[in-house]
Amino acid sequence: MSRPSQRDPLPYLVLPALALAALAVMSFPAWLTLTVAGIAMGCMLFLAASGLTLIFGLMDVLNFAHGGFVTLGAFIAVSVVVTWAPAIGGVALVALAVLAAAAAGALLGLVFERGLIRRVAGAPLRQILITMGGAIILQQALIVLWGAEPLPLPRPENLRGSVIFAGAALERYRLAVIGLGVVVFAALALTLKRTRLGLLVRAAVENREMVESLGFHVDRLFRLVFAAGTALAALGGVVWALHAEMVTADLGADITILLFITVIIGGLGSVGGCFLAALLVGLADNYVGFLAPKLALGTDILLMLIVLLWRPRGLLPVAAP
Amino acid sequence: MMRLLSNDRPGHWLLALLLVGLLLGLLAAPFLFPGTKALAVAARIAIFIVLAASYDILLGYTGIVSFAQTTFFGLGAYGAAIPLALGGGGWAVVAGGAAAGIGVSLVLALVMALLSLRVRAIFFSMITLAIARFAQVLAAEWRGLTGGEDGLTFTVPRLISPAFRLFPAPLLGLPISGPVIAYYLILAVSLAAFLLMLRMVNSPFGRVLQAIRENPFRAEALGYRTILHRALASVLAAGFAALAGAMMALQLRYTNPDTTLSFSLMIDILLMVVIGGMGTLYGAALGAALLVLAQYYLEPLLAGLARLTGGVPVLPALFDPGRWLLWLGVIFVLVVYFFPAGIAGTLRARGRAA
Repeated sequence: MSRPSQRDPLPYLVLPALALAALAVMSFPAWLTLTVAGIAMGCMLFLAASGLTLIFGLMDVLNFAHGGFVTLGAFIAVSVVVTWAPAIGGVALVALAVLAAAAAGALLGLVFERGLIRRVAGAPLRQILITMGGAIILQQALIVLWGAEPLPLPRPENLRGSVIFAGAALERYRLAVIGLGVVVFAALALTLKRTRLGLLVRAAVENREMVESLGFHVDRLFRLVFAAGTALAALGGVVWALHAEMVTADLGADITILLFITVIIGGLGSVGGCFLAALLVGLADNYVGFLAPKLALGTDILLMLIVLLWRPRGLLPVAAP
Repeated sequence: MMRLLSNDRPGHWLLALLLVGLLLGLLAAPFLFPGTKALAVAARIAIFIVLAASYDILLGYTGIVSFAQTTFFGLGAYGAAIPLALGGGGWAVVAGGAAAGIGVSLVLALVMALLSLRVRAIFFSMITLAIARFAQVLAAEWRGLTGGEDGLTFTVPRLISPAFRLFPAPLLGLPISGPVIAYYLILAVSLAAFLLMLRMVNSPFGRVLQAIRENPFRAEALGYRTILHRALASVLAAGFAALAGAMMALQLRYTNPDTTLSFSLMIDILLMVVIGGMGTLYGAALGAALLVLAQYYLEPLLAGLARLTGGVPVLPALFDPGRWLLWLGVIFVLVVYFFPAGIAGTLRARGRAA
C-alpha cells in the first residue's frame, strides 16, 4: 500500500498559513490571545476526538455514542469535585478527577463494546443505528444519575486568572490544557510508533485481515483500543467541563458534531491527522469568531467542505482505500 | 383497492388489521375523541406518517443513513410560516410559501447528494448530521427571518382558523370548526402523499433502489447509475419531508427551531422507521402512530410507575416521566438486534412463511 501523504508537506503548512494570515489582519496581542485560545480549544477537541478516530480506523466502527462518554467524564469530574473539594485542592483534585473519569470511561467502554458493538460488527447500517441507540440510552442514563439541571463545576483556584505576556492576556487554564493535550498526543504517538502494541494497532488499521492471518487477536486489540478511546473521551469531558465551569447532559451531544468534523478533516483513523485537524478547527473558530462573529456558526462546516474538496479523504489519510 | 396500494399487500392479516385500524381511527378521530389534544395528536400522527415514510425511502429502501431529514421538514415549515408571519393570510400565500420551502429542499438535497453520496455511507451520515445542526443554529440565529428561538406565530387562512364554523350547528355532536377542517385537509394530503410514495417504491425505480441497498456494486454492474438513483431518492424524500413540514406549520399555527429542526425530532423519526419496520412504508406509518401515541400517553403511565416505586432509591428516577426516551432507546436497540425488520417486516416474513 502506498502512503503518498507521508511525504506530502502541504497539509502541515495549513496551520502556520492560517495563523500568519490571521496575524496580518489583527494586532499582535489580540492575535496571541486568540491563537492560544485556539490551540487550547484544539487540544480539548483532540482529547475528546482521538478515541473516535482510533476506534474507527481499527474497526470501521463510528461510535455515535462517543459524545456520551465525554458527558460521563464531565459528570464524574463534578462528583469528584463535590466530594473532595475542601479536603484536596487545586491541581491534585483535577488530577484525581481526570483519573476517575478515565477509569470510568474505560470500564463503561468495555461494557458498551461487549454489550452493543461486538454483535453488529461488519454491518454498517445496523452499526450506525446501534451506536445511535446506545447514545440515547447513555445520555438518558446519565440524566437519571446526575439529573437534567446544569451542575456548576468551579475551577480550582490556581487554574483561574491569566498571565500577561507580550501585552496579551493568556488564561492559565488554557495553557494547562495545551500542556495536557501535547503530553497526551506525544504519549499516543509514541505508543503507536515505538511500541510493539502500537505497531500491531497501526498494522491492523491498515490491513486487518493480514494481521489476523498472522495469528494476532485483532478483537482483543480492538477492545483495548475501544476502552482507551472512551477513557480519552471521558478525560476530554473533564477538560471541557472545567473550561465551561458547567455541566449538562447535553454536553456530549453538543460537541459530537464538532468531533465528527474534526476526525473527518483529519482523515478517519489518523491520530496525527486528528491533532492537526483539531488545532485547525480550534484556530479557525477563534479567528473567525473575533473577525466575523456572524460567520462563526458556519466556520466548522465550511472548513470541512473546503478540506474535503481539496483532500476528499482528509488531511492525513491513513491508507489508500 | 390493490391498485390504490400499488399491489403492495401488507402480507399478514395482523398487519392489514393494524393498518385498517389506523386509517379508520384517523378518519373518525375528531368524532371519537373530542377535544383539542386528541385532534392535535391525530394530526401529528398523520403528518409524521408522511415524514417517517419519506425517511423510510432513504433508510429502508435505499440504505442511506441521513440525519438531515428534519432540515427539510424545517424548510417546509418555515417556507409556509414566513410569508404567513409577514402578514399574508390567503391560500395563495400558503401554497407559494410551501412550494418555496419544498423547492429549496429539493435543491439542497440534490447538492448534498451529489457532494457527499459518492463517499462512504458513514461519511454521508456525519455530513448530514453537521448540516442538520447548522440548519438548526441558523434558524435560531437568523432572527429577522425566522424569529430566532421563539419562532414565528401567525394567523392561518380563515377556513382553518379556530374561530371559523363551517355549519351553524354541530355535525354528529362535533362543531365543524377550522381546526377540524384543517385536520381533514392534512389527513387527505397525508394519505395522498403516502399512496404516492407507495407507488414510487413499487415502481421499477423503487426496485432499483432496493437493489442498490442490497448490493451497490452489483446494481452498478447491471448498468444502473447508482449515484443518480440515490440522488433522486434523496431529493424525493426531501420533497415529501418538506410537505410534511408545511402541514405541521399550518396545524400548529407557529414554527420554531425546537419543533421542526431539533435533533431529538430526528431521533423520533429514526425510532419510528426502525421500530415500525424499515423498507416497508407500512412500518413507517405504524411506527409514527406508535411513537406519537407514546409521546402523549406514555408519560402519564411512567408517572404512575414512578409513584408506585417512590420508596426505592434509583427506580423513581428511571420511571420519571421525562425519561421515556430512555425506554424507547432500550426498545430501539432490542429491535435492531432481534427484529431488524421491525413490526411490519417481522409480520410480513411470518405471513410469507405461513
